[in-house]
Amino acid sequence: MMTRSRFGDKLLHVYTWLIIVWLSSPIAVMILFGFNDKKSKSNTSWQGFTTKWYQQLFEIDGLTVALVNSLVIALVSTLVTVVIGTMLGLAVGRYRFRGKGLTNFLVFAAISTPELVMGASLLSLFVSSNVPRDSLTIIFAHVLFSLSFVTVTVRARVVTLDPSLEEAARDLGASPWGTFRQVTLPAIMPGVLAGAMLAFALSIDDYVVTSFVNGSTMTFPLWIVGSVKTGIPPQVNVMGTLIFGVGVLIAVGNAVASRRRRT
Amino acid sequence: MKGRLTPYVLAFPAWFWLAIFLVVPIAAMASVSTQTGNVIDGFVQTLSFSNYTDALGRYSNQLLRSLWYGGLATVVMIVIGYPVAYWIAFKGGNRKSMYLFLLLLPFFVSFVLRTISWGFLLADDGILLGTLKNWGLLPSGFHVLATTVAVVGGLTYNFLPFMILPIYVALERVDPRVVEAAQDLYASKTAAFRRVVLPLSLPGVFAGVLMTFVPATADPVNSQILGGTENTMIGNIIQTEYLVNNNYPTASALSFTLMAVLLVGIFIYARALGTENVLEAAATR
Amino acid sequence: MDPVNDLAFLRGMTQSRTRRDAFRIAGFSAAALALAACGVQGKKAAPPKADAVKDFWAKQKQNNQVVFANWPEYMPEDKGPLEKFKAATGISYEYKEVINENAEFFGKADPVLRAGQPLGYDIVVMTNGVQLQHMIELGYAVPLDHAQLPNFNANAGQKYKERGYDPGNTYTVPYTSGITGIAYNTKYVKEDITSIQSLFDPKYKGRVGMMRDAQEIGNFGMYALGIDPEKSTQADWEKAGAKLKEQRDAGLVRKYYDQDYIDAVSKGDVYLTMAWSGDVFQRQLAGEPVKFVVPEEGGTIWTDNMLIPKGAANPVDALKLMDFLYQPEAAAELEEFIQYVTPVPKAGDILRAKVATLKGQEKKDLETLIGSPLIFPTEADYAKLRTYTKLTTAQEQVFNRIFQTVTQA
Repeated sequence: MMTRSRFGDKLLHVYTWLIIVWLSSPIAVMILFGFNDKKSKSNTSWQGFTTKWYQQLFEIDGLTVALVNSLVIALVSTLVTVVIGTMLGLAVGRYRFRGKGLTNFLVFAAISTPELVMGASLLSLFVSSNVPRDSLTIIFAHVLFSLSFVTVTVRARVVTLDPSLEEAARDLGASPWGTFRQVTLPAIMPGVLAGAMLAFALSIDDYVVTSFVNGSTMTFPLWIVGSVKTGIPPQVNVMGTLIFGVGVLIAVGNAVASRRRRT
Repeated sequence: MKGRLTPYVLAFPAWFWLAIFLVVPIAAMASVSTQTGNVIDGFVQTLSFSNYTDALGRYSNQLLRSLWYGGLATVVMIVIGYPVAYWIAFKGGNRKSMYLFLLLLPFFVSFVLRTISWGFLLADDGILLGTLKNWGLLPSGFHVLATTVAVVGGLTYNFLPFMILPIYVALERVDPRVVEAAQDLYASKTAAFRRVVLPLSLPGVFAGVLMTFVPATADPVNSQILGGTENTMIGNIIQTEYLVNNNYPTASALSFTLMAVLLVGIFIYARALGTENVLEAAATR
Repeated sequence: MDPVNDLAFLRGMTQSRTRRDAFRIAGFSAAALALAACGVQGKKAAPPKADAVKDFWAKQKQNNQVVFANWPEYMPEDKGPLEKFKAATGISYEYKEVINENAEFFGKADPVLRAGQPLGYDIVVMTNGVQLQHMIELGYAVPLDHAQLPNFNANAGQKYKERGYDPGNTYTVPYTSGITGIAYNTKYVKEDITSIQSLFDPKYKGRVGMMRDAQEIGNFGMYALGIDPEKSTQADWEKAGAKLKEQRDAGLVRKYYDQDYIDAVSKGDVYLTMAWSGDVFQRQLAGEPVKFVVPEEGGTIWTDNMLIPKGAANPVDALKLMDFLYQPEAAAELEEFIQYVTPVPKAGDILRAKVATLKGQEKKDLETLIGSPLIFPTEADYAKLRTYTKLTTAQEQVFNRIFQTVTQA
């Protein structure tokens, strides 16, 4: 019995890695073509190895600015979304209150509104109220479409929690804020973290909504889509590689750090 | 007194956001969906619900196809994703967040690059299919791109993390000792899983379905890039009606129809699996 | 045209509006709701009167700055032509790569211009087609002052002064052009493709690529039937639609492509496809086995055009920049980078002179560029080329539906 169970775990372990590899497989191609010594503008057939695109990484001004914009927008909108989305997730997961049905509907509507319609309506909204379009309006929009994802993820966690723990904490004299920080927040943390990752991914990769509300602010996806017509420069691949590389470093660093803590 | 106000305080910032940025656009969309006119002469409110019937008459094929593709992709995602979420939740140890992060990392890089890379990998005579064809394992006319399989596969690929993460979030709460106890209690592992683990993970699966089925059905990107001549989905139609034909009323009417159909679908699902009861039972105060 | 309209027209172009910085939530939502409830007002503009245009330009002053909105990769990375413009005129520039797609750009510009607000750009570049047509019809483009365009008048190719979509260059001047023809992969296609009928040849079943854009595919359907799209009628479109539907139902077409057709043909996913000249030229330079041909029945020439959007803050500076790009030297420098068709034939002479000063691979590449009919088409090539079908708004709905039924099944 025991051995079979270990075998099953091993199998699932391998399977999980296979899924990770599958999801990352296009990234491998992207990394490869960051080293392509291409002769013409198109970067789709392999023509030899070079590291020159790494040396010329920041030579396309517009691209560098776009990447920085994207990172800043993704960080800020993730932060805002996580705070208000987690609060809403707690509210709908834990409490009965007036307007809950409507709230659930709005959470659903924000996911199901086609991006294009959302982008276009937001644009009319901003235009008719004379709000200039820039990174701020992009952040408004990104928070809007990520909000539901964070809320839904956090709710999935909240409904599995046992409320008696918090009651116990309060009975022991903890303040509401203390209860939240020391009992509730740690308990819902996996949901909050997962929501944050989803929000970040949604923001940094968004094209449609952003393209309506950006004014003349460029983001990384907008720049890339625009350059498809004439050939995506390899620097784009290099920047993608760096984003991915930094991510892997963070993941590995995190794993190593937690191992240290354990031993 | 304080306790009673808590949910409102918690919900307020999100309400505020949704009220300004979502309710107004949805109201606008509702209004536009019954207007008539064109982009040059302008649109006037005529309360013509024929926009709905016309659009449905013309595009019911694409709408049904979208529901079919979206539903199929969602089922595939549950089947593929559940074991991953399960293993990370119970066996991930202190590397849980590392695994989750790695699952999501490819999606931090632009979809254009991912798509171009898939085109490279899956080309008819490319690195994968070309090799298999050279070995004689596939007929020379075989292709993956421009087929239904490619579209559903693309939807599955692009939304999988949105299924895995919420299932994980729900499962992670389950105490492994409870699972072990259940395995002792019930004769088989499957029975233990079915009676103990599965019910506890249902809120996560529900969240996953909400976050994948809905956007996958409305998705305009995958069918456009990976599909063939008869794989058009409703998202593409909405895009064309809006951007190319500047037919804002039809685009709005289609969006609303899609939203209504999806809402009904999710509602039926919640009822059928009793998820609603789970969600409601948890809301104790 | 009545005087009231004339006044409105002038006000729209001259009034400078300050953006209110305050974020007023209440007014914000209420305004949008009101807008939604009442529908969107039409803003159809009649053609401007000559003296109104003259008065407008007489009142404008040079501000020594200009904001240029363009497509990515449409300007050398060192901004050479713009730097030279700055040195020659003292006008400083802001260059923004913010246009990715015509439909999307129009979708985004329309509400802003409709509300009478400035886009924030002095020059934008749009392809001739439905959206450009809308810009002109809605009065979103400022009529140009040809007295201030001496280089354009002297150096633009004849073909670029006679364009059906903007007769007399009232609102636009070309930035660069391209040709829609057939590209084929020589690894898989062993014959010389010359005719459009090859796209309908059963031996290429499942290996033909067509474009999804209604104007592009519509024109090709008409060439196949020997119809001139510039003179076509609704009956012609219907015939072309039927021909294309037949092609699809016979399983010939693999997919209706946007810009991704070029990867498909260079990898061999499709053997032959509708294609844009510049894309194919770049693939050839990269050594890929693709060839481009303008079918003997006809091909389409399209043009990306510069225009000054209504409410632009610096129209005089914009006009100066437009004209500067028609100096053969500037045009040659642009052409070398963009690799589509330049509207300035004399740029060829400049490039030919440059060849002599180069060596090795650089020299070879430039020679290929100059020698290519894709970059400098001959008179015979031009004779086969047609523009997109010119459509009124009402016709456009009919036209689009005919061809979208084919491409979006």
